[in-house]
Amino acid sequence: MNKAVQLPDPWSIPLDQIDVSDPRLYENDAWRPYFERLRNEDPVHYNPDSPFGPFWSVTRFDDIVAVDSNHQVFSSEPTIVLGDLGDKIPAEMFIAMDPPKHDVQRRAVQPVVAPKNLADMESLIRSRVVDILDNLPVGETFNWVDDVSINLTTQMLATLFDFPFEDRHKLTYWSDIAAGAPEITGGDVSEEERYAGLMDCLQTFTRIWHERKGREGNSFDLISLLQRDPNTADMVDRPMEFLGNIGLLIVGGNDTTRNSATGGVLALNQNPAEYDKLRANPGLIPGMVSEIIRWQTPLAHMRRTAKQDIEFRGKQIRKGDKVVMWYLSGNRDSSAIENADQFIIDRANPRHHISFGFGIHRCMGNRLAEMQLRILWEETMKRFRFVEVVGAPVRVKSNFVMGYSSLPVKLHR
Amino acid sequence: MPKITLIEFNGRDHTIEAEVGKSLMQNALDNGVPGIDADCGGACACGTCHCFIDGEWRAVAGEGDAMEEAMLGMRPDRSEGSRLACQIPVSAAMDGLVVRLPEYQM
Repeated sequence: MNKAVQLPDPWSIPLDQIDVSDPRLYENDAWRPYFERLRNEDPVHYNPDSPFGPFWSVTRFDDIVAVDSNHQVFSSEPTIVLGDLGDKIPAEMFIAMDPPKHDVQRRAVQPVVAPKNLADMESLIRSRVVDILDNLPVGETFNWVDDVSINLTTQMLATLFDFPFEDRHKLTYWSDIAAGAPEITGGDVSEEERYAGLMDCLQTFTRIWHERKGREGNSFDLISLLQRDPNTADMVDRPMEFLGNIGLLIVGGNDTTRNSATGGVLALNQNPAEYDKLRANPGLIPGMVSEIIRWQTPLAHMRRTAKQDIEFRGKQIRKGDKVVMWYLSGNRDSSAIENADQFIIDRANPRHHISFGFGIHRCMGNRLAEMQLRILWEETMKRFRFVEVVGAPVRVKSNFVMGYSSLPVKLHR
Repeated sequence: MPKITLIEFNGRDHTIEAEVGKSLMQNALDNGVPGIDADCGGACACGTCHCFIDGEWRAVAGEGDAMEEAMLGMRPDRSEGSRLACQIPVSAAMDGLVVRLPEYQM
């Protein structure tokens, strides 16, 4: 916790002044009590004045499911994060579209993460995990975020796009700047940097698209899938739609799994009895992976915009209002999840969490994410008795990405 | 209690004595039938209780509503007879129902 930061006292601040859009709550890992109060005292909360404009917060599990499932009333257009994207880069992506356009574009790329394909990817992922883990220093302090989490997920992403492997660090960079602007999520990326980076991303992928066009064979990378589907075969001619969807797939396949790969190490260190359970029974890994994804909630929220006036849980929501579903709050809702504040690797029903969202926009890469994390932990447990956290984590300043830029660790065999 | 047979993708079949009024999803879970994940717990919101109803039983099982249709539309392996098991309340008329499970849930 940065001691210089003065955050309002969560228990005494008047309800109507609670502003959960403040990115410092997440940077300082201070968000829990604010949401606890909202869930208990004002579960559908109106904030009339925030740096992102007025917005509603939906904080309980069941209410989030209800909003997420009602795409007729709660639109994903124009965008799914708290801040508006602005018109300098009017990127369009299917996560921020309603049916029918959403359905058509999502269907084009969905096969890449169908579990049938994942079975083929499993051995590749395992060999990469093994390579990463076998090259880590034992007994020396290093940053787990850079050397494991980013390394693993960026390699995977390069494979999904069939992106030049030696340039894959660019994918991480584009992912970080895409959602990192102050007016979008409260981050620190300047408008100039973001613009330059995303234009580089667009140019790079446009070049790859044209090089790949007409290539023989039935490649299953995301670019080839978009080219093969008649509904998206000319997407490159609509640059903002092309950029938006590429950006979506980069962020979706990168930030999320990366931060769960780090969050799991932290959670096990904060809960040594759970780490002991895992050592005693590595068969708990699949359930633990779901629990890590719940505990971390790599994306804190998704935003909708009301298409009509609607009364919701006694509150009058007006057409055009921003409605923010706080997934990280839903995942701590004890009325839906027993002992929701605790990290328990052998929960009875670990898949019942909200991190992937619900409804038609539910995460399409969820099984790939679970598989990567499962393999990471299977191979880690074979090699190391203890991945010890030896310093404080540094968290990302964002109200959207629940991430880490650093987690110092030491390995013990 | 109607007897319902669920057939995993690998061909292994499970005949259960189903409880009328409960959903097909809940009946499958209560009887430990593998192949139904039910991530959302039965809210028609995740698509992980996807199943296929055999031809002659489709009229008995009925048709899904618009939301179920939207969720099924996201499935690459969607086909005729696709339903979400959480949206099928078991009735006495379902004695003998045959349900096939997909290769995977996602």
